[in-house]
Amino acid sequence: MTDRMREYITKDKGMLFIPFITAGDPDNESTIQIALMLQSVGANALELGIPYSDPLADGPVIQQASKRALSHGETLLDAMTLVKTMRRQGLKIPVIIFTYANVLLQFGVDVFFQQAKTVGVDGLLVPDLPYEESRLLADSCLKKDMSLISLVAPTTSKHRLSMICREAQGFIYCVSSLGVTGVRKKFHPDVFPFLRRVKKVCQIPIAVGFGISSFEQVEKLENNADGFIVGSAIVSLIGQCTKQLNDPATRSGAVDQIRRQICEKLMAPVN
Amino acid sequence: MVIKQPQLEKKYSTDKNGRYGIFGGRYVPETLMHAVLELEQGFKEAMDDPLFLNDYQRILHEYSGRPTPVTFCKRLSNQIGGARIFLKREDLNHTGAHKINNAVGQALLARRMGKKKIIAETGAGQHGVASATVAAYLGMPCKVFMGAVDVKRQSLNVFRMKLLGAEVVPVHSGNGTLKDAVNEVLRYWAANVEDTAYIDGSVVGPHPYPMIVRDFQRIIGDEARTQMIDKLGRLPDAAFACVGGGSNAMGLFTAFINDPVQLFGAEAGGIGIDTDAHAATLTKGSIGIVHGMKTYLLQDRNGQITEPYSISAGLDYPGIGPEHAYLCQSRRVTYEAITDDEAVDALIKLSKLEGILPALESAHGLALAMKKAKAMKPDQNILVCLSGRGDKDVHTILHVMDEKNGGDHR
Repeated sequence: MTDRMREYITKDKGMLFIPFITAGDPDNESTIQIALMLQSVGANALELGIPYSDPLADGPVIQQASKRALSHGETLLDAMTLVKTMRRQGLKIPVIIFTYANVLLQFGVDVFFQQAKTVGVDGLLVPDLPYEESRLLADSCLKKDMSLISLVAPTTSKHRLSMICREAQGFIYCVSSLGVTGVRKKFHPDVFPFLRRVKKVCQIPIAVGFGISSFEQVEKLENNADGFIVGSAIVSLIGQCTKQLNDPATRSGAVDQIRRQICEKLMAPVN
Repeated sequence: MVIKQPQLEKKYSTDKNGRYGIFGGRYVPETLMHAVLELEQGFKEAMDDPLFLNDYQRILHEYSGRPTPVTFCKRLSNQIGGARIFLKREDLNHTGAHKINNAVGQALLARRMGKKKIIAETGAGQHGVASATVAAYLGMPCKVFMGAVDVKRQSLNVFRMKLLGAEVVPVHSGNGTLKDAVNEVLRYWAANVEDTAYIDGSVVGPHPYPMIVRDFQRIIGDEARTQMIDKLGRLPDAAFACVGGGSNAMGLFTAFINDPVQLFGAEAGGIGIDTDAHAATLTKGSIGIVHGMKTYLLQDRNGQITEPYSISAGLDYPGIGPEHAYLCQSRRVTYEAITDDEAVDALIKLSKLEGILPALESAHGLALAMKKAKAMKPDQNILVCLSGRGDKDVHTILHVMDEKNGGDHR
């Protein structure tokens, strides 16, 4: 684990806020500005998605983001360069690269770890690598002091849960609902017993993701989790102002608008 | 009547994580792991249950007309002037292709596992029609996911599926083609896994699907092997099949895998393998991960999956079954690309010389067989899996002939 992960991802900081954005959506400069803005509103880590042509675990909102980023040819290498620039411009929170297995495979796993370490990446999440397929990657992560983030779902059996949690690194990503990423009104009916089950066997912080878009939802999770991940809700705000983000003259105004909406929807009311 | 299937040699079966050599596996999100593990267990139990196997074989006999015959192509063989060509007539199945073998098996499996609804993906619509047919027969609701572009291209099959009572869900994500329909059906399955079974149409996807589809299709080769021995007193010298995902090919090859029979798979060469317009995954692709499996696929250097092309919609897939990848790497099977033109020529020849109109997919296998037959001796015998009939393709053929001959269809 990197020092950044040790400092920011802990159980004693209240609910950890872990936002997800897609690298290069809608362009590289916007991604940098949005990342810094997310840090300023209190993000404890950043999940940076690498666009992919066939994102199996993602709903329509993140699929669209992938499409926007791929339309100008965004690659994993571009995303790494982005992280480097973000660090230079003052990003202190841990960065977790979220990428589908094929993109990583074609980039080269060893090359990835070498470069990721240099630019300041702290962790890796590969949604289509379940426990059985991820052992090699987990070893490489440990060697580089990085964290391979594992997912668990309400349908994950007791046996799998303890197997996964025993070797989980950084934090454990609990999927709140079946299906794909995306904004939802309701969690899976068993989500609370599920989170309690995870908490029992898991030493590291647990964060809940999939379908989170409001402070009310976060409040409900508070007693059963250490953090929450917000993807589609933020990405759809970005999707609504791609034009303004693409234009350097209106970019910072658009980022500010996204900031206000995030604070309104996701942060505790001031009074 | 229960036919106990012969066991495969160990080197051709999978390890516990569903790998064929380095290929295959289960590259799916954790939200789907429970489902694929449950399915694997359910499949093992079903295949050990004589009542289940009996049901499967009875329905294929009474409902689909199995066993399908083997036909000797006398005039075609004479014209080519080499080995004698025999066809395994999967085109004579109910719904017109081999797809029904697998759809019956998987739908029965779904019912045995207590699932209430079935979902399927389809490209050209053949697997969608087969799934909708079996769903109607068993009285189960059925949703078929189909790329929005394919929905437009294959409007007749869309209508057929609706007529059979299925709901056709157009998929707008990605490019709106088969690969996107596969993504979408897996996404839907992940969200509805508790009461829904996914019927995979080919030997692709996460383990155990490549194994399940192969085992429900191997009836093709098991029958043909016996039929060839009955006819000739010996095995054929070579066997041929077309390969998109590769289900009819695995169905044929599996029976002969331990025999001294040369095996050939014909990939879609499209306009030509030196262009970008083909679906020749093994000839031109590279190793990667898509749709839950490690296999050969068509992709760019950043790992983005590229769109394949073939005149035959059923071969138009950017990946290939992981067992084919393994059989290619281990050189047990030879895979070659056949262009659109070669396939159309084979289709016309078979129609004129034998009175059999093959599907464009199957015509790829036949075209490769005709090429190889020429170099063989007249006392040698080759078997071709004629995986489907060409009625669905007449519009495409008409269009091609119009372009080539200016309206002369002779």
